[in-house]
Amino acid sequence: MTLQSFVALREGWTPGRAAAALSAAPTALTLSNVSRRSFLEILGLAGTFTVMAPLAAGAYEPYPTGGEAMPRGLVWDPKVFVSIAPDGTVTITAHRSEMGTGVRTSLPMVLADELGADWAKVKIVQAPGDEPTYGNQDTDGSRSMRHHIQTMRVMGAAVRTMLEQAAAKAWGVPPSQVEARVHVVVDKATGRQAGFGELAKAAMDLPVPPIEDLVLKPESAFRYIGKGNVPLYDMKAIVTGTAVYGSDVRRPGQLYAVVARPPVYGGRAKSWDAAAAKAVPGVVEVIEIPGTPEPAAFMPMGGVAVVGKTTWAAIQGREKLNVQWEDGPNASYDSAAYAKRMREIAAKPGKVVRDQGDAEAALAKAAKVYTAEYYQPHMAHASMETPHALAIVAGGRCECWAPAQSPYAVRTDLAKFLGLDPADVTVHVTLLGGGFGRKSKGDFALEAAYLSKAMGGAPVLLTWTREDDLRNSYYHTTSVERIEAGIDEKGKVVAWRHRSVAPTILSTFAPAEHQFAIELGMGLVDNPFDIPNLRCENGAIKNHVRIGWFRSVSNIPRAWAVQSFVCELAHELKRDHKELLLELLGPPRKIDPVAAGIEGELWNYGDPYAVYPIDTGRLRAVVELACEKAGWGRKMAPRTGLGLAVHRSFLTYVASVAEVAVGKDGTVTIPRIDTAVDCGYAANPERIRAQFEGAAVMGQTLCFHSAVTFENGRAQQSNYHDYEMVRMTNFPREVRVHIVPHPFSVPAAGVGEPGVPPIAPAIANAIFAATGKRIRDLPIDTRLLREA
Amino acid sequence: MAIEFTVNGRAVRVEAPGEMPVLWALRDILNLTGTKYGCGIGACGACTIHMDGKAVLGCVVQLREAAGKSITTIEGLDPEGNHPVQKAWAQLGVPQCGYCQAGQIMRAAALLAEKKNPTDAEIDEAMAGNICRCGCYQRIHAAVRLAATGV
Repeated sequence: MTLQSFVALREGWTPGRAAAALSAAPTALTLSNVSRRSFLEILGLAGTFTVMAPLAAGAYEPYPTGGEAMPRGLVWDPKVFVSIAPDGTVTITAHRSEMGTGVRTSLPMVLADELGADWAKVKIVQAPGDEPTYGNQDTDGSRSMRHHIQTMRVMGAAVRTMLEQAAAKAWGVPPSQVEARVHVVVDKATGRQAGFGELAKAAMDLPVPPIEDLVLKPESAFRYIGKGNVPLYDMKAIVTGTAVYGSDVRRPGQLYAVVARPPVYGGRAKSWDAAAAKAVPGVVEVIEIPGTPEPAAFMPMGGVAVVGKTTWAAIQGREKLNVQWEDGPNASYDSAAYAKRMREIAAKPGKVVRDQGDAEAALAKAAKVYTAEYYQPHMAHASMETPHALAIVAGGRCECWAPAQSPYAVRTDLAKFLGLDPADVTVHVTLLGGGFGRKSKGDFALEAAYLSKAMGGAPVLLTWTREDDLRNSYYHTTSVERIEAGIDEKGKVVAWRHRSVAPTILSTFAPAEHQFAIELGMGLVDNPFDIPNLRCENGAIKNHVRIGWFRSVSNIPRAWAVQSFVCELAHELKRDHKELLLELLGPPRKIDPVAAGIEGELWNYGDPYAVYPIDTGRLRAVVELACEKAGWGRKMAPRTGLGLAVHRSFLTYVASVAEVAVGKDGTVTIPRIDTAVDCGYAANPERIRAQFEGAAVMGQTLCFHSAVTFENGRAQQSNYHDYEMVRMTNFPREVRVHIVPHPFSVPAAGVGEPGVPPIAPAIANAIFAATGKRIRDLPIDTRLLREA
Repeated sequence: MAIEFTVNGRAVRVEAPGEMPVLWALRDILNLTGTKYGCGIGACGACTIHMDGKAVLGCVVQLREAAGKSITTIEGLDPEGNHPVQKAWAQLGVPQCGYCQAGQIMRAAALLAEKKNPTDAEIDEAMAGNICRCGCYQRIHAAVRLAATGV
């Protein structure tokens, strides 16, 4: 399986990632609409080009990102995103999905500030799934601000310039004499003013000025960007219960449905009792949904649907179906046996995915070799809103409302599934009651569409119950990570071999037993350590469930292993953990693995290393900052401790220090977590803080609770009683987020995901400091922490 | 069967089986979608509403138990968002995805109606039934405190 064929296979989610992976060297990026000069300068080639359009003084030169390489790339045309009404209302289109990051507020906020709009006069509308119009909409990979902050600023500046040009024209004065201020354009010579609404028509009729003619505001003039003073656009709707999530869409005459799906991946329904289900009051129909052979990608798993007049009737009807299942080839999937198998594979050489120096030889002659193995089970996203979609399929058209992370992928999948032209399919994007990667897959929208069609075009709202959500998820992979370190006679780490064994996301799309570049690039082959002999290997293993991406993806097991292991090494070498960590990170340097000639399956989150290198200086700085804020090295009471972890993911640098107290009964409480974040330019620090506060809780949850285990191919967990979440009684009492300040010129990086990976190892390392007990398997079994 | 009760001050009559959880009557029959489904087994608190002023779980309380009762949902707490709990939520920027917040707010409002100035432990205990997968607990806790002490 090559990445190219994967691209061909899955037109929608990963082509951009995969394409960017293929072109780890930034030269392969296409840069339509982006200033060639800045790009060439980054490459150090500017001098070789002599013909270049002159730039206006202070004109903006965008830096290149992977945004252009995403499917249907970036759109820089403000006429697509902005309209201004005669009353001055500025309407801005949000084209990324809101699942809790605040992006539906933050991106329009960037545009509005650059435009000079008064936020009180801004209205936000949500784009339907329409990438040919809006550019890429796939809201995952912590990419929204990273790839779109520049387009938002540029579009805001373009509209501001057009308003100024319109005013200058109307007044018959040179454009230099007018200036846009807050929602007005002012004639600097006379003081006369015109509101944005008055100028809107004339301004929007003007051609959009080219980027090289635009001058962006100085950062000192920002009123919203970087301030954290703009509340969520949907705040009032949320606190008054009027916000519309996927579950809340109501259309006249709609029906409600649930589906009984195969308990084993690849299984199918053999028989069921439709009459019994239909005897339940309120049940309208029982409909078989055909399954999709493995690998099922985003197609429905198949099963038996019950359609009713209420969700309750459908649920009651489903209980009467008495479906007999044929389980298929995955019926023997057993998590305990699978974990054993992963450990066996990790004990043997795997496919080499990064090789530097001679790790084998260095390990063979090391004075000491230290080895440890880390385990992490499957997890499910368990967003508070389960998958839901409402579809109307009638008259050769499909209209769908869904909490979709990637609405255009849902639209194209719906078109394919229904045999319709994409032009006849509309996907409206509701708010998402959490996403975490689950709602990147549109299978639930396809199920709803199938049922609406079968019901003659009636609107059908499909609900996944919590049981469905946990038993039929696109699970986070399970993994064994085995690390061996060779230490010389002076106590220096001279060799490092990291073997990763985990079923791959790729297997959801095609038969595959090896992880691919996107997974390998999440904390394995991008290891930043300054170790001369470093090898990464990947063992082959077959999947038995649908594997999907889960907030921060493979970074979770990688940070868990690497950051726990460094702490173990420090103990072994009788060194301070922080000191050893800094030594391994080595001197501050910007690593471009391609330029450095590092061989391996490299991937930089789809972005160019030239803009986003692996910067060990920034890794060091967040370690120092988190430790300083946490009071690293302070004297701790018995059975309390501090634990440290650092990890770069989604081009952001994060270090966390957890403080834990371990009770005699093994109960772990977390009085405080200090997280230092360097995400480049912080456009909305208030929402960034919220993301990292929340990530600490999700990290704590996966550290202590999250495991979906399988027996006989069936998930053993079904609801929040056996797939537990951290609650108000045991949350980290104080999460302090320390954001490293940067000017706009330091490219914005990911925020939604990078907070998660360091939390579990920081907690485990703190538990070790508190108790001397090293836990290598997630979730942590606190019974092991009881005082003897 | 027909069951009569009041919702947000309005008298309603619902034709549905008596064992139907109030949650589904609110959402699918009365179209009051502010009250959310999260688990259906009383384990997450997303469906928290007030029945005769007490916080109850809409997915557990059956319709027949609501007969003659007065129910308040998030839509009826204060449609303008001026309840002290709603104001505290907005002021501290509590929500992320927002889906669980109706339940959180209803639970907090019931707590404060009962106890003007709860201790930290009392807040923890009262709110422990409400899961937030986005992990907003720190702000939820602070917002309950803020609502108690004055917004």
